[in-house]
Amino acid sequence: MTANYLMMNPLSFPILSTTIFLPLVGGIIILFLKKDRDIKVAALAAGIITFLVSLMLFGNFRPDTQLFQLGEFIPWIPSYNINYVLGIDGITIFLIILTTILTPICVLCSWTAIKDRVKEFMFCMLVMETAMIGVFCSLDFVLFYIFWEAMLIPMYLLIAIWGGPRKDYASIKFFIYTLFGSVFLLVAIIAIYLKTGTFNIPEAMFRGYGLNFQIWVFLAFAIAFAIKVPMFPFHTWLPAAHTEAPTAGSVFLASVLLKMGAYGFLRFCLPITPEASVLLAPGMIILSVIAIIYGGFVCLAQTDMKKLIAYSSVAHMGFVTLGIFTFTLFGLEGALLQMLNHGVTTGALFLCVGIIYERTHSREIHDNAGLGRITPIYVGFLGLFCISSFAFPGTNNFVGEIYVLIGTFIGNRVAGLVAVIGAVLAAAYMLRLLKQIVWGRVDKRDISDMNAREVIYLAPLVVFVFWVGLFPRPYVSVIERSLANLLEQMGPFIR
Amino acid sequence: MILILPELTILLFSVFFLLISLGDRKHNPANYAGPLSTFVLIISLLTLRSNGTLFSGAYSVDLFSQVFKLMLSLGFCLILYMQGKKKETEENYGAEYFMFLGFSILGLMMLVSSVELISIVISLEISSYSLYCVVPLRKGRTKVQIEASMKYLFFGAAATGIMLYGMGYMYAIARSTFLADIIKVMPSFISEPVGIIAVVFVLAGFFFKLSLFPFHFWAPDIYEGASNTTTTFIATIPKIAAVALLIRVVMLAAPGAQELINILIILAAVSMTFGNLVGLVQRDLKRLLAYSGIAHAGYIMLGILSMSRDGNAAAIYYIAVYLFMNLACFYAVILLSGNGENVSVDDLAGLAKRSPLLALLLAAAAFSLAGIPPTGGFTGKLFLLMSAFKAGHLNIVVIAAVNTVISIFYYLNLVRISYSRDALPGGGEIRLSFQEKMLCLLLTGLILYTGLFPFGLLEAFKSMI
Repeated sequence: MTANYLMMNPLSFPILSTTIFLPLVGGIIILFLKKDRDIKVAALAAGIITFLVSLMLFGNFRPDTQLFQLGEFIPWIPSYNINYVLGIDGITIFLIILTTILTPICVLCSWTAIKDRVKEFMFCMLVMETAMIGVFCSLDFVLFYIFWEAMLIPMYLLIAIWGGPRKDYASIKFFIYTLFGSVFLLVAIIAIYLKTGTFNIPEAMFRGYGLNFQIWVFLAFAIAFAIKVPMFPFHTWLPAAHTEAPTAGSVFLASVLLKMGAYGFLRFCLPITPEASVLLAPGMIILSVIAIIYGGFVCLAQTDMKKLIAYSSVAHMGFVTLGIFTFTLFGLEGALLQMLNHGVTTGALFLCVGIIYERTHSREIHDNAGLGRITPIYVGFLGLFCISSFAFPGTNNFVGEIYVLIGTFIGNRVAGLVAVIGAVLAAAYMLRLLKQIVWGRVDKRDISDMNAREVIYLAPLVVFVFWVGLFPRPYVSVIERSLANLLEQMGPFIR
Repeated sequence: MILILPELTILLFSVFFLLISLGDRKHNPANYAGPLSTFVLIISLLTLRSNGTLFSGAYSVDLFSQVFKLMLSLGFCLILYMQGKKKETEENYGAEYFMFLGFSILGLMMLVSSVELISIVISLEISSYSLYCVVPLRKGRTKVQIEASMKYLFFGAAATGIMLYGMGYMYAIARSTFLADIIKVMPSFISEPVGIIAVVFVLAGFFFKLSLFPFHFWAPDIYEGASNTTTTFIATIPKIAAVALLIRVVMLAAPGAQELINILIILAAVSMTFGNLVGLVQRDLKRLLAYSGIAHAGYIMLGILSMSRDGNAAAIYYIAVYLFMNLACFYAVILLSGNGENVSVDDLAGLAKRSPLLALLLAAAAFSLAGIPPTGGFTGKLFLLMSAFKAGHLNIVVIAAVNTVISIFYYLNLVRISYSRDALPGGGEIRLSFQEKMLCLLLTGLILYTGLFPFGLLEAFKSMI
């Protein structure tokens, strides 16, 4: 069966299923291995192979169509019209590649940091990867929901077992917060199913539901996604979870899990409830702007490096949601770019914190201050990612933020002005962090600089920072068609 | 004769243990229980397709009843293998213990085939009285199990009394004790107080078995007082039959008056909320599971109060999943407690290191009970929510959804303690035998299987209603 929204996979093998389940297969193989070293190598291999397959995905991707592509369709629970439908478009392609490139990086960064229960750790990571890719590929609500929720279990275990001192509190808070949002998502999904008779996501888009229905569904969606993003005032789980999670967990959380909220807005709220989205956009814009400013000020007051970066995520994700709800092409493109940029930059910053934490066993800025002379390579990397984080021209975040700001100024000048203040705040707190870390103290300490393994896993992210920063066009051209199509279909509803 | 073959086999099972109990007590009767129950399971499987009525229409053998008999014997078989050679009962009553369990299964098998009020009462009582006898057989002479069995008896008797009262009304309405006759006249009475009272009161007997609010009071004490295996039995097997009978009785009232549905919605809502809230503060693992059972009784009502084919199929699917996930939880309890003593939540500390497989089993069961994909608990709950939503009961759907969030706290606690705490002093490695390992894997597999591949079972359940 082929549907009009889906271009079936032209390849000889189901490439999306392969990408999704390769990590899981790797994880299961790991369960049978005995030595820690073998386990790590196997996990790394699984991660790299998945990454290579996802590059094939990119190779076969056609940017000239707005349809979902490389699709797969298998009936699953026919009596409820639940199907195993996969497909990707311009919105998801880079998110998938971001996930697949981060997994081997996370395996590498945990190489020496995780000493206890390595097998379980790597298994959790690979299961996470499967679930995360699954979320981005699913075109069926039930399938989507299963991946969406299944992600919670390994993430929970990552925090609860290998986390910091307050892991109990952080992991439970994370789980309950997210689950609370998800159950409303589930109710909304059922509501849509009863209205349309299908669990198919593309078939549920732009069906012209009644405004009342749209508002309720939008609100149910919005709670789930706003918690995941997280938008102010649902952000309180994030600093706890980020701070207590092991480095790899923080990277996954910041780089991929947060993107799922924003992805949810793009994939569900806008196309399924367009009228309600337009109607309630002012509220979302206000919350986004609050997040930008609030996140910035809170960051200024942090003494814990991880917490600072966690709160900066709140501010950065504020830019993403701001861009989405401007309903301009610039805004949407900026939001999507910003999702990728934040994934790379913040992920890299967490990796940097992890590297120094392994050496000093402290995340306090003061304990790690004055590293400029002691570990020049490390400070170089950290500095680069910091200036990228506050959107220095020539780095990736600059492109994303400028797109979002252009979009915002087209739609709403006041919000644009406030957002600019937020951007300045970002420079303030990041430079403050950088100043402390590089020149904060003058005493001599015995801290070794980054080793080859650490340089290797940060290097691809550096490449990405400059690539997007200097030549964003290839990226934009891939995502453009899908977003333009989304905007075009929303056209009648935007006043 | 061939029609009631499963019943006859389980009767033979009990008689066999009756004879053993007369002989010398050198043999461990547990050696025979497992294989014999497997035999019962095979017989139920072979007679799955039999069809017919017996005893002038009071006893109906159809796919509906046979599937339930299969589920009953499957659960029974698993429980007996789960108990293995553990000695949780009084030394001298080993054989009687299995005899009574067999009689209880016999009663439940008869119950799911009964389509007449008197037969329903008799089968229900056969099953209940056997269980009243089983509860005090726990090893060690403490007052706890005696108290538990007395409570069970009194609450059970009260529930039966209420049920009989309702049946009296039903007879008064229809002048017949056959469900087939009652269903003809019931629709015209279902909006009247007498019809509602009749149906709700008859349901009460099964609410008791399912431990639905307000018939839940026995559950925590019985769970705590009875031995681990007995609790496993009481917590799962009678509930299966109760669901079958709830469906049969509610079908009498279908499509159902709003008042009746409102009553059921309120009971379901209170049951799940109460169960989950009290579950939050429990320290004894079996008590915790008792409250979780009360909450799950509420979830199952979602399917039944939808009064539709989808809803009933969803309820049956959920009780099947519930059987597996509850068995999994209790298996962890049985294996953790060396000599049949109760297990507290804190005893789970370090389980992941003491026995990774057991921790995995418990985690799968806990996530399934909480309704997290990709486990059966999620898929079952999805079907329940969908059927209730379809019938227009959005309020109870939202309540159930919020309850999922409440309940995750204590289910997650089980996982958290077993994975992130260090073992208590004296908590060495738990060595599992081959059979125990296989059972752990089987139960985990069943929980995941029901979560990911529900179609076959669901279709089967739909086709039999």
